[in-house]
Amino acid sequence: MSTSALSLAVRDSSTMLRRNLLHVRRYPSMTLNLLLTPIMLLLLFVYIFGDVMSAGIGGGGADRSAYIAYIVPGLLVMTIGSTVIGAAVSVSMDMTEGLIARFRTMAIHRGSLLIGHVVGSVLQVLASLVLVGLVAVAIGFRSTDATPLEWLAAFGLLALFALGLTWIAVGMGLASPTPEAASNMATPLILLPLISSAFIPADTMPGWFQPIAEYQPFTPVIETLRGLLLGTEIGVNGWIALAWCVGLTVLGHRWSTASFKRDPK
Amino acid sequence: MTPTTSTSPTTPTTTHSLAIEAKGLRKAYGDKTVLDGIDLAVPAGTVFSLLGPNGAGKTTAVKILSTLVSADAGELRVGGHDLALAPQAVRAAIGVTGQFSAVDGLITGEENMLLMADLHHLPRQEGRRTAAELLERFDLTDAAKKPASTYSGGMKRRLDLAMTLVGGPRIIFLDEPTTGLDPRSRHNMWAIIRGLVADGVTVFLTTQYLEEADELADRIAVLNDGRIAAEGSAEELKRIVPGGHVRLRFTDPVAYQSAAVALREVTRDDEALALQIPSDGSQRELRSILDWLDSAGVEADELTVHTPDLDDVFFALTGPTTAVSSQANQANQPKESVR
Repeated sequence: MSTSALSLAVRDSSTMLRRNLLHVRRYPSMTLNLLLTPIMLLLLFVYIFGDVMSAGIGGGGADRSAYIAYIVPGLLVMTIGSTVIGAAVSVSMDMTEGLIARFRTMAIHRGSLLIGHVVGSVLQVLASLVLVGLVAVAIGFRSTDATPLEWLAAFGLLALFALGLTWIAVGMGLASPTPEAASNMATPLILLPLISSAFIPADTMPGWFQPIAEYQPFTPVIETLRGLLLGTEIGVNGWIALAWCVGLTVLGHRWSTASFKRDPK
Repeated sequence: MTPTTSTSPTTPTTTHSLAIEAKGLRKAYGDKTVLDGIDLAVPAGTVFSLLGPNGAGKTTAVKILSTLVSADAGELRVGGHDLALAPQAVRAAIGVTGQFSAVDGLITGEENMLLMADLHHLPRQEGRRTAAELLERFDLTDAAKKPASTYSGGMKRRLDLAMTLVGGPRIIFLDEPTTGLDPRSRHNMWAIIRGLVADGVTVFLTTQYLEEADELADRIAVLNDGRIAAEGSAEELKRIVPGGHVRLRFTDPVAYQSAAVALREVTRDDEALALQIPSDGSQRELRSILDWLDSAGVEADELTVHTPDLDDVFFALTGPTTAVSSQANQANQPKESVR
């Protein structure tokens, strides 16, 4: 019984995933728009602000390539935040259309629609990360002697963080009455990295602001990524980052499934 | 006749099996009662129409019976399964076409059909065949490769229904299937629904068009203010309201006055210069009325025959005037006891 329930879940979820990937393939503009923000910021900070910003990194005197190395981990994480906004919007679009009523009245696995969205969004995030990574390498980003294991760990951390943020975004999509509202609600996912240690070290920020930068999910994930790719000190950040990933996943999943189960109006 | 049939004293085949059964169905949103204890019984293989004005609770009834929302109270069975205990079994037996388009506009008509085939776990070959057959049957083959968002209202409705039929459901819920369609599309939809019934499918239909219920339904329940105001066949319902009449209209007030005096036993409408003579609309009665008019020397400018239709029933049952509704309730009394 449980194996047949599981195979039903896998089968229906992959059908829903195929539907979402079809949407992405048919309408790539949405994905590309979301990708534009991190790439624009990368180029802006490196080529326009780069010389001034790098002066404040590592006790001053750092050159542009050092600043590229500093901000790329931050922008990779920001790419996750910006791409999952798409999940919030497309979930909300599904919920406001008649199609959701059809799905709910069919004998399919209950969670398959959401799982399809989550898996689709995580795959989209990974593809976006590869693109942003390629741009970063093209403008001169190089990892300092990261071992294959560290690369694997970095990739795993990004994927796990994407999973957590996607479930949160799906919850936001379900909680929003319209796709526009979902987009607004998910905006913090792209604003939080700006007030993290993505662009400047947290300890260079004003004292009263430092807790805001430190006690949020993006900073420990970014610091862990820097440690893995650039060999800086990771310390407890690795565990804090993992805790955030697991916590966001569990919270987002609970929130999403609870709101999905509720009777529609 | 044959002795083998007498093996069991109770023959279950004689009791008609019910596809949809509701007893004391209640639903309230906040303190607004939408369904106030309604009873429904739809035999398998028949068309049942829930008729009512906007806001009467038709859509809520469909949403509950199709497992979309839960009822506050009531004993509900669809396809032989208890709605509260076995919703997935109910879902496996039904197909639903809601009031709002339930197609994925971002993908093509064909992709929508294949999505349904996959969700019904049809083997790839069979899924493709079913999709192609239904697209053909609903005259959508030419548009199959176009995004569904580019379809006209009528095409979207057809695609919607085609998607509902992919799994071969035995019970189909149609919530206002022709609202917003032009007359041709509406007649097409009726033909499609008749085709379903011919295949032995049970159809539960809501509509605000009396003509539609009259055309399609075996039984009609008039829902008003969360209660069933009357139930029966179209013919039974029509008997609730006063009979039909012949209407004579005049353009000349003088001719109208003299005709009114000459005929006496008629209902006058002085403003419209029209007279109404009770009639069942049969050829025989019509001829005798014409003879009567000839002998009285009355020549109307326009003569129309008005047979009682569901419009009369509808307005009598759902209208705000208490006089009419109490009359309707009285007429409805024996029907209630029959049921």
